Amino acid sequence: MLDPRASIINERLRPVRRIVAVSSGKGGVGKSLVASTLALLLARRSFSVGLFDLDFTSPSTHLILGVDRVQPVEDRGLVPAFVHGLKYMSIVAYSGDRALPLRGADFSNALIELFAVTRWDATDFLVLDMPPGISDAVLDMLRLVERAEFLIVTTSSLLAFETVRKLAELLRGLNVPVLGILENMKMREDDSIKRKVKAIGLPYLGGVPFDPMVEEAIGRVDALLETAFARSLNDVLSRLNLC
Amino acid sequence: MVGNFKMHEWALAEAVLAAASQVVEREGLKVVREVRIRVGELQQVELELFEFALSQLKTDIFKDAKFVVETQRARLKCRVCGYEWVFRKNELDRDSAEAVHFVPEALHAYIKCPKCGSPDFEVVEGRGVWLESIIGVK
Repeated sequence: MLDPRASIINERLRPVRRIVAVSSGKGGVGKSLVASTLALLLARRSFSVGLFDLDFTSPSTHLILGVDRVQPVEDRGLVPAFVHGLKYMSIVAYSGDRALPLRGADFSNALIELFAVTRWDATDFLVLDMPPGISDAVLDMLRLVERAEFLIVTTSSLLAFETVRKLAELLRGLNVPVLGILENMKMREDDSIKRKVKAIGLPYLGGVPFDPMVEEAIGRVDALLETAFARSLNDVLSRLNLC
Repeated sequence: MVGNFKMHEWALAEAVLAAASQVVEREGLKVVREVRIRVGELQQVELELFEFALSQLKTDIFKDAKFVVETQRARLKCRVCGYEWVFRKNELDRDSAEAVHFVPEALHAYIKCPKCGSPDFEVVEGRGVWLESIIGVK
């Protein structure tokens, strides 16, 4: 017996120009905020942008965007909802605000299902908010989704960086493109993470200062884009030369 | 409802035909006589819509092929206490059933083991759509 879904995934993603997987080795580094804000900033630059929350067991992008159970439209599959200028997909549309405990195989099945039936159509950037770590989501992405480029988020903590280093090592060993490593929630001027990133031969995308105003802006996209965090990320985006 | 293209079944049929085409190419089949598909009850695929989508989407190589679609009951097993049970559609209200139709794993948000109450169960069989076999001539 053959699971037919994997056969269609890259066909579904063909109209997408670039796929950016925002990843981290550990949780709590601000990855979902980076992914959501990056997607919003790209959309503000008049690109067609998708945001897909792959953190199925702990989704949070809907809270960041301030959307409440937006439903994809059923049209020969699923067409993502359109919110704040983004094509938006989250499993919250199906699990609501309930806990969704998933083991690895179930996680993979949900990921394959949604990639197989979602129609992103012509899209410049599809930003993926990946769950932390190097388990099922990353392995499934590597197995099933061609052309994904990883943007890795760390904090200034050596604990976070050590897990990021392993993620980067895994990706480089498999010749998967890594756009670089972003240092988020930077508390003070210090270039130790920058030096460590350079030592492993990856681009250091910059340091985004810790901004206490971000918490106040959660759920309010316009306020979020006015924060120092978003402005700093916008500078990173300009340097990234993604566009 | 047939003829209404606003359907998830369309995407599933596309996936089946894409996979079947890959098998046909890999095996070097010149004629396809039968494509056998298994559909798990958990996802509550509308068979009429699914078969209609197959008939509309099939390429020339499948034009004389018979598409046989079989359904399979969804059997669940608790990973905590080992209890096994058969999924019944009426365990879910309309919204939950629709969520499970699109993403069967959403079931873990809506039902628990009827014996011990754990949400940690596995779908032993009857989850989604499977390409079971293709009969053809090389």
